[in-house]
Amino acid sequence: MNPLDRYERLVDDVEAFRDACDRPLPSVVRVNELRATPERVRAAFAEEGVTYEQVDWNDRLFRLPDGSPGTSWPYVHGWLHGQEEVSALPALALDPDPGDRVWDACAAPGSKTCHLADLMDNSGVLIGNDNNLGRLSALRHNAERLGVSNLVVTNDDARNFTTDNLGVDSLDGVAGRSPAASRTQFDGAVADVPCSCEGTCRKNPDVLEKWSMGHVKGLVGIQKGVLRRAIDLTRPGGDVVYSTCTFAPEENEAVVDHAIRTTDAEMVEWDAPLETAPGITEWEDQTFDESLQKAHRVYPHQNDTGGFFVAKLRVGGAESDATGDADETTEVEA
Amino acid sequence: MTQNDGQRFDRLPPTPDEREVEGRASREEVVDWWDERFGVPSETFEDVTFWEKGSGKIWAFSANLPSPVEVEGLGITVLRTRQEHWKPTTTGVKRFGQEATENVIDLGPGEAAAFAAGHDQQIGRWDGDWGYLIAAHELAGEREPIGVGLYLHGELRSRIPKGYQEELAVLD
Ligand SMILES: C[S@@+](CC[C@H](N)C(=O)[O-])C[C@H]1O[C@@H](n2cnc3c(N)ncnc32)[C@H](O)[C@@H]1O
Repeated sequence: MNPLDRYERLVDDVEAFRDACDRPLPSVVRVNELRATPERVRAAFAEEGVTYEQVDWNDRLFRLPDGSPGTSWPYVHGWLHGQEEVSALPALALDPDPGDRVWDACAAPGSKTCHLADLMDNSGVLIGNDNNLGRLSALRHNAERLGVSNLVVTNDDARNFTTDNLGVDSLDGVAGRSPAASRTQFDGAVADVPCSCEGTCRKNPDVLEKWSMGHVKGLVGIQKGVLRRAIDLTRPGGDVVYSTCTFAPEENEAVVDHAIRTTDAEMVEWDAPLETAPGITEWEDQTFDESLQKAHRVYPHQNDTGGFFVAKLRVGGAESDATGDADETTEVEA
Repeated sequence: MTQNDGQRFDRLPPTPDEREVEGRASREEVVDWWDERFGVPSETFEDVTFWEKGSGKIWAFSANLPSPVEVEGLGITVLRTRQEHWKPTTTGVKRFGQEATENVIDLGPGEAAAFAAGHDQQIGRWDGDWGYLIAAHELAGEREPIGVGLYLHGELRSRIPKGYQEELAVLD
């Protein structure tokens, strides 16, 4: 069975969806603003004669019709990182501030981690974790190449991750943070979980052949555990972004629905910068919370990208104060 | 004095007087070294902490944590110490070499491409110090460091690590 058949009833234009899934994906790079501005990258492309096209929904993403960016000067200088357009969504959705503490639960090989560091302006503390040591070396290589210096790399199962032996809380005094903020550790987290990856079929058509419901079921347990941990480690008012590159509602809405039912996190609105479809509230015999419509599904034919799912949650509820100031909590540290 | 434990990250002592581990560089020496060798002002490192992991490998991290820490990575590698001539890393000069004013060798288009590909080349015009230099070129209107070169006897040896070597266009 081709798993894409399952989603035909979810998309607006079945033919366009199937056609897009069969086309190879254009090669895309993101400007690493830790190193260069988009203007300087454009000037360097012009000097070197590299053809590029600006992605219409983001001026820091360029499509390179002539193929690999591995051979251009801007790439070698770490001004660019090769990553799919949709892979820029989680960091944009979290939108961390400089000085924040952010946890990237499943970080390797680090495209989103390095994008987060860029948005944090290389300040604060960013923890990039992955349970696969081999993949972590790719993360470290990317971070070095792009000059990401606010990153701590850890090798744990995200479901049991703790910062106990890192002493991240010792930063409280330094950063002048409020006591309320210091009780839990992170201002934000990204859970870019392992998934069945159907959305990457334009890059690896294999994923469709290897797909099985058994595999999906095995992943769901991990996905729920990772998202739960991300929520637990984030302070009230902080945000958690959950993302996958699959269309499977079992791995998307169902996982987020489970999290909002079992924790105090709620879905929050996020205006996606490209064309998306809302998260669904019904699938086979399941129904999901209405707020799941605030999540975004990206189908390949909408923007000529890979497939993606992204949901933004706020810990302590959607109305919780996102600034992390202590005012609403009057507890005094002993 | 205790021995260096190569498996974890230890923060460098502020000054040589506070050194507790044999042979470990101090923060003061590292900051002074970048200033003396490349003219990188010490303010550049104001918010940076320095750590040793492995023998002599120094990492720069843009925050602080209690020392020691056992993690897989902490910031980026910047310098190799515990050897007679300290050697900056490629990532170190790319991250902090932008502000260098001394011991930067400006390469022409052909030289820059050869350097990036890992080739050694004769460059007679250099009359500055021998030893580790920052090799740079001009791109999009500004100077940009390419990596570390070792200059000896009229020859600039490219020290770009294998994984970073690339065959690139010679810019007009
Ligand atoms: C979709 S990939 C992450 C891609 C990455 N965020 C990026 O942008 O480059 C999922 C990752 O989760 C990791 N992973 C799987 N199970 C995990 C677990 N229980 N804890 C932590 N990481 C896990 C995998 O090793 C894999 O690297």
